[in-house]
Amino acid sequence: MTDATLTSQLTAGSRPSAFARNLAHFRYVMTSNPVTFLAFVLCAGMILVALFGPMLVPHDPLATLSDKALKPPSWDHWFGTDQLGRDVFSRVVVATRLDLLISVSAVAISFVCGAAMGACAGYWGGWFDKLSGRFLDTIMAFPLFVLAMGIVAAAGNTIQNIVIATAIINLPFYARVARAEVSIRRNAGYVQAARLSGNSELRILMFKILPNTLPPMMVQLSLNMGWAILNAAGLSFIGLGVRPPTAEWGIMVAEGANYIISGEWWLALFPGAALMLAVFTFNLLGDGLRDLVDPQRRT
Amino acid sequence: MGQLTIILARVLQAVPTIFGIVVVTFLLTRALPGDPAAYFAGASATPESIAEIRVKLGLDQSLPLQFVAYLQDLATGNLGQSISTGQPVATELLRRLPASLELTLFALLLSVAVAIPLGVLAAVKQDTWIDQVCRFIVTAGVSLPTFFTGLLLVYVFYFLLGIAPAPLGRLDMLHIAPPQVTGFLVLDGLIAREWATAWSAFKQLLLPGITLALFTLAPLARMTRAAMLQALASEYLRTARAAGLSSTRVLMVYAFRNAMLPIITTLGMVFSFTLGANVLVEKVFAWPGIGSFAIEALVVSDYAAVQGFVLSMAVLFVLLNLVIDTVYTLIDPRVRIEG
Repeated sequence: MTDATLTSQLTAGSRPSAFARNLAHFRYVMTSNPVTFLAFVLCAGMILVALFGPMLVPHDPLATLSDKALKPPSWDHWFGTDQLGRDVFSRVVVATRLDLLISVSAVAISFVCGAAMGACAGYWGGWFDKLSGRFLDTIMAFPLFVLAMGIVAAAGNTIQNIVIATAIINLPFYARVARAEVSIRRNAGYVQAARLSGNSELRILMFKILPNTLPPMMVQLSLNMGWAILNAAGLSFIGLGVRPPTAEWGIMVAEGANYIISGEWWLALFPGAALMLAVFTFNLLGDGLRDLVDPQRRT
Repeated sequence: MGQLTIILARVLQAVPTIFGIVVVTFLLTRALPGDPAAYFAGASATPESIAEIRVKLGLDQSLPLQFVAYLQDLATGNLGQSISTGQPVATELLRRLPASLELTLFALLLSVAVAIPLGVLAAVKQDTWIDQVCRFIVTAGVSLPTFFTGLLLVYVFYFLLGIAPAPLGRLDMLHIAPPQVTGFLVLDGLIAREWATAWSAFKQLLLPGITLALFTLAPLARMTRAAMLQALASEYLRTARAAGLSSTRVLMVYAFRNAMLPIITTLGMVFSFTLGANVLVEKVFAWPGIGSFAIEALVVSDYAAVQGFVLSMAVLFVLLNLVIDTVYTLIDPRVRIEG
């Protein structure tokens, strides 16, 4: 109901500038659900930490101080120190950049490839649709984390391959959404109009249909982001990709795991909590965005 | 079409999927950077020994021929030799499979037992506190990294409270494993009437099981709630209520039975997550299953072992989906192959 009144307010009367309209819509999005607002603030905070964190941390994340090993959190070391005397707080902050970088690039790759593949399959159908469908089915036939392990093991144990493996296992989600969204629109009125006025097929797909599929794709992106972070961290937790002494949440939890049964909880807790917060943020953001795009699927 | 025909057709549908899986695992083997023969020969190999291994592995053949050889190996159950243990990979995997299955099935049972009542309650009492609790658990559950939850539970229940046993494998060192019948230690202990052993095995199983269950709880509870809400709002339910059926009957027979279909579909997806998360949980709890075998193999670049692990997990997943689809066909008489 509020949706409808707002849309009518926005479309009726004198049309404000595009910027003002976007701003109004943004304000509506943020105020309609405080949780979405919170998620947005957290997300912005995380991006800021990723950008400026390494400049602001109180200690060098790699500096080892053997006389200060395994100290619990204190005023000097907010999150305590690890087995080599490194400052856990600094390491958690610095790791934000690497973790976000891995998951953002993986999700970006699968978004672009998945959208292209799904759009072509949905628009033209035919053999490409069948072939890509088979290909995606084969990916989905694997337990996805296990497939990622196999890919990294085969292609070599590097961060780059973690990104590629995460991208491949996420590909089906985007390709399927894109295919479904494009195929229901391929004969829509505005598409026929565009075709009639002499646009090429590729142009119609790129500039008329794809922009209209973006909202559900963005929702998928945000929901998927948290999952991508979890996957990448899981891979480094079992010792793939990121190598010590690099600061990364997954590997920090893995290193801290050895000390948890002797009670040194801060080693694993803080990177784990950071990881959880990141995933939580993206999930909330995705849920909020989905509520906006598709109020029917609110759960 | 009879139900049997449908089930049979579904089994046939799994054949191309399994073929696809085999192709992918084969290609992964060939995607090894550099020369696989040099890789398998080890660091101190001479050019002659590398050439010898190349012939032995069939790497001098063309790719299609290599694929045929790979298929033949698979048909005879040969997954290659594990470099780290020196045993055939198939033997190693089979030996460790019961441990993983015990953990996975226990976790799944636990999460179904919690998630479905929770989802049903949340749907029936929509927008009350129980719905909010459900929503919170669902959102938190998908955000929790399994390995982190596991460590947290170990810290609280082993270190702080001292209730749980040390997270070191399937059985306390004081106990001897019961004679193997099912491979599941708890069941074997019960069968052999060694109550203390069964109890100890159960205590070891509890924390990793809860960890995995927490992870799978979220999608299940979420889907149960959504499916129940949809069923509750339907016209046939209104009719059932109007006909004066008791509310239990309306809920359990008419609403829940219809809501079960999407829940069962979700179970398939949850299985995929569980098999992946299993690897992480096994590492945290030193659980001697195929997941920890794969991690050990990854660390020492034991290639055949990792491939065998990926292949067997994928085949397991396909088979589980097959079972789920069969159950689906049995529950829903409307299901037709086209649908």
